[in-house]
Amino acid sequence: MSGAPLLCVRNLRVTYPSAQGDTHAVRDVSFTLGRERLGIVGESGSGKSTTGRAIMGLVPPPGRVTADELRLGELDLCRLSERGFRQLRGRRVAMVLQDPKYALNPVMSIGRQISETHRAHVGGGKPAARRAALEMLEAVRIRDPERVFTLFPHEVSGGMGQRAMIAMMLIANPEVLIADEPTSALDATIQTQVLAILDELVRGRGMGLILISHNLHLVSAFCDRVLVMYAGRVVETCEAGKLREAKHPYTRGLLDALPELGRRRELLPQLQRDPAWADGA
Amino acid sequence: MIRLDRVTVRYGHGRNAIAAASDISFAVAPGAAFGLVGESGSGKSTVLRSIAGLIPHAEGQVQLGGAAMPPQRNRAQRRLVQMVFQDPYGSLHPNQTVDQALASPLRIQGLDGGEQRIATALREVGLGPEHRFRFPHQLSGGQRQRVAIARALIVAPRILLLDEPTSALDVSVQAEILNLLVRLRRERGLTLLMVSHDLAVIAHLCDRVGVMQHGALVELTSSDALAAGAVTHPHTLELLRSNAGYDMRGAEAARFEA
Repeated sequence: MSGAPLLCVRNLRVTYPSAQGDTHAVRDVSFTLGRERLGIVGESGSGKSTTGRAIMGLVPPPGRVTADELRLGELDLCRLSERGFRQLRGRRVAMVLQDPKYALNPVMSIGRQISETHRAHVGGGKPAARRAALEMLEAVRIRDPERVFTLFPHEVSGGMGQRAMIAMMLIANPEVLIADEPTSALDATIQTQVLAILDELVRGRGMGLILISHNLHLVSAFCDRVLVMYAGRVVETCEAGKLREAKHPYTRGLLDALPELGRRRELLPQLQRDPAWADGA
Repeated sequence: MIRLDRVTVRYGHGRNAIAAASDISFAVAPGAAFGLVGESGSGKSTVLRSIAGLIPHAEGQVQLGGAAMPPQRNRAQRRLVQMVFQDPYGSLHPNQTVDQALASPLRIQGLDGGEQRIATALREVGLGPEHRFRFPHQLSGGQRQRVAIARALIVAPRILLLDEPTSALDVSVQAEILNLLVRLRRERGLTLLMVSHDLAVIAHLCDRVGVMQHGALVELTSSDALAAGAVTHPHTLELLRSNAGYDMRGAEAARFEA
């Protein structure tokens, strides 16, 4: 991490009210993000995606987002209006989603979707946007950008669609990129390629990356630092390379429950959940 | 128990025909567990479906329990082999209770003593009587997959086919389902054939492994050889590298290919 943090989150809470009482999806989550790759891991329902969405201002009503501090550089996101968020999203914070089949607009060509982002946030008219989009497609290593520019999402493979989404998200040069399970819908070998591209661009542009994933191996190998979430709380923060030495019983339990090549066990240890974890033990 | 002899499966007709799996041969001994790995489109699910009799094969022979399977299987032949699908959200009928889901294979097979069989099947997969009259949306992902396994086992098959049975589940739930499968295999002497893209999951459950790419079986190996890295085909090595999550050497190689 170098210099002032890009993003400061202190005691972030996301609550969904319901007739049976409030559901606390995210509870007092705090972290800072520098020019680094931060991983958030956890199982479904742990609040990892909701944390990412809260930063983007994408928690739909009646969900409520509160925080003691939620700051992007000098900008206070707690006080930001929906209009403010619309200018922010794509321009300063962008998000790559899991499945390009659903996240891309099916009735708009890939090129037009990428240029649209450029025109909305950078300006400079159609020809400039087209040039920028073609450059961006080349940057995500699409071999024939001119051809792919005219294709529709259903005409490309999952890996290519995901690279197109990365191109779209990076074209306005945001400070922070949130990638929510960006490679979970892809084959293992394609996954490596897409991550390599993401890594290269994020480093090259000095961005901060939040990688949200359920895959412990992936996060520990790719990121610099990891937050482990359980029941809406961060239960452990550690250096990614040292995830194997994690101390929290939940993290240990997850690592143990993973089948591993070269360490065959008749039965896998099953995670025994301790209700105290949910209260931050 | 399972023997495939030069099986080819084609989709489409004439000039548009595509061989989704071609010239596949392997055998699985009774009580053994065999894994098929490969990426999407490699043909691994196609092979599984042709063994299940869900799709006809164009060439070759599928033998189950020592007998060649005809294009149209009879009731006993269908009972021999049952299948569990990937998505426990999609594979259970949303408007049917667990009880109805388990009763219908019994009805189709003409088996009596349904009451008792359903109660036993639920107990065997670790579900209680309280789950019996619930709808799928009232169950967690892991519970639904347990129902799917109970539905497959209720007709007492000798072969269980598993198509990515844990890839839609969380790590902790995956461990529970894998343990359940290990126990059921031991208790019932089941022959398992599992398809997955996750090498570690395959190596955990299976003794022998087949690697598929572009519709062909490119390598037959064992879980031990896989764990030791003692494999020869470049695609197997590539899958092994990717299995580690993300490594710089893999990334560098990908950088040059792309």
